Amino acid sequence: MTTTPAVVRTPARTPRVRAIAAPSALRIGRARAVLEVRQFFRNKGAMFFTFSMPLVMFLLLASIFDETDKATGVSTQQVYVTGMLAMGVMSTCLQSLALQVGGERHNGTLKRLRATPMPPAAYFLGKIAMVVVTSLVQAAILLGLGAAFFGLELPADPGRWFTFVWVYLLGATACTLIGLVASNLVKGENGGPVVLLPVMVLQFISGVFVIFSQLPKGVQIVSAVFPLKWMCQGMRSVFLPDAYASVEPAGGWEHGRTAMVLAAWVVVGAIMCLKWFRWKGEDEG
Amino acid sequence: MEKTAGGPAVRVRGLRKTYGAHTAVDGVDLDVHTGEIFALLGPNGAGKTTTTEILEGQRRRDAGEVAVLGVDPAAADTAWRARIGIVLQESRDFAELTVREIVHHFALYYPAPRDPDEVVEAVGLAAEAGRRTAQLSGGQRRRLDVALGILGDPELLFLDEPTTGFDPEVRRRFWDLVASLRDGGTTILLTTHYLDEAEQLADRVGVLAGGRIVDVDTPDRLGGRHLAPATVRWTEHGAPREAVTDGPTALVGELAARLGGEVPDLSVYRPSLEDTYLQLIGETR
Repeated sequence: MTTTPAVVRTPARTPRVRAIAAPSALRIGRARAVLEVRQFFRNKGAMFFTFSMPLVMFLLLASIFDETDKATGVSTQQVYVTGMLAMGVMSTCLQSLALQVGGERHNGTLKRLRATPMPPAAYFLGKIAMVVVTSLVQAAILLGLGAAFFGLELPADPGRWFTFVWVYLLGATACTLIGLVASNLVKGENGGPVVLLPVMVLQFISGVFVIFSQLPKGVQIVSAVFPLKWMCQGMRSVFLPDAYASVEPAGGWEHGRTAMVLAAWVVVGAIMCLKWFRWKGEDEG
Repeated sequence: MEKTAGGPAVRVRGLRKTYGAHTAVDGVDLDVHTGEIFALLGPNGAGKTTTTEILEGQRRRDAGEVAVLGVDPAAADTAWRARIGIVLQESRDFAELTVREIVHHFALYYPAPRDPDEVVEAVGLAAEAGRRTAQLSGGQRRRLDVALGILGDPELLFLDEPTTGFDPEVRRRFWDLVASLRDGGTTILLTTHYLDEAEQLADRVGVLAGGRIVDVDTPDRLGGRHLAPATVRWTEHGAPREAVTDGPTALVGELAARLGGEVPDLSVYRPSLEDTYLQLIGETR
């Protein structure tokens, strides 16, 4: 225990009018965004994991499966980069966020915040800002690496970048909302598997680890219910030549359907969030 | 200053809360006057935490009337939250941030906060302002909790077992801090199971046992302590003697006359707060 001055002074309560306008949710949300991003970059272990995991996965897959599709001239490495992009968004926005918020519910952060006049919306704004920053940095690293060493062609066509933006935004939003709700399942410090397991299954059936066109028909149909398959397909449509569209289950990129399924998940996620997001642990009625 | 003039800071009538078959709070009536330190004492499981959490707006009640600063906490808004301060029982949040960063950030939540640096100084953490909370000792961490609790310049401060795990010197300094807050005009509701803490700090004490208030009074009058017979002990003719009397002064005077001057090994003992407390909670067991 370090010694501190024995004399305790406290500022006297200053007489004042109580009618001062409360700080707006937007202003507090901005402050929370800065705080969240700062916390993320200070936690070196978590940061290293977030940024290196998709890279390590990609390097492993790219070195194990190295073939070229004869009909389209697309290499498995190019396909894997797009899969890792989608997986990175899901792991940051859904998996990491769920674990983090679950942890904050467990360690008293949420309870403390609820004890203050902070508007709840400000908390969510802060989280969204954090996952946007981290998932975009992650994507930039992957794209840079893919373009430099694995024959990924960064598109020159602005239309393709437009596709990237909406696939990313819809996918990230859906995953963030699901992640916030999924945090309810994380009980205590060892609650990880509840979230990790379903995410891992999704990664296998959605074409992240296995080239989607090589998956059995039944698996393809099941995965089409979930967002990850559509995020992967959307990313392929951005970074692979149009010839590859013929390999897709529908023989095309299906942009309309991709947007619809992802938007539906955004709506479902938002409803679940409003209905079920808890500020307190289960034992606290 | 605008305050609920003359009215109690907290008014509770017939408060009830059950968890399944277990009745945690069983008809509590309680008044905390504006400007006082009120200590809520009671053994574990007596309903202290449940009661305070209901008053803080963190938990719902099953029955009864509750007004905290004239507002029902179950229907409280952010404006009400800005008028109260809560120091939670234990916290391990915001490990990556420094003391200064956290206090400045939380100050943004309040319409009219105290000066964050002055508050850090007031709780004796000025020397630790640049350190991350993960590096603070238990006592320092607790003082940070208090800093966050008083930051909004609350009219009413909830202190839930604030000195658990403190060493005696730090505890003493913490008591000075709490007393100085009261002197500055803050009403304080303290829960503790340290009797010396209640005796040192509280203007009034309420004893909670089995979900009911069994007595409310000043520390020196609790349970009729001031009226209880005193035990006088002394040594006469080499043998220890003892007498229980309602008039210890007369007895001591008589002894002094009889033994001619200094009475050997004289002591006058009245029941301590601890004796009274144990008797009070024993009655309900």
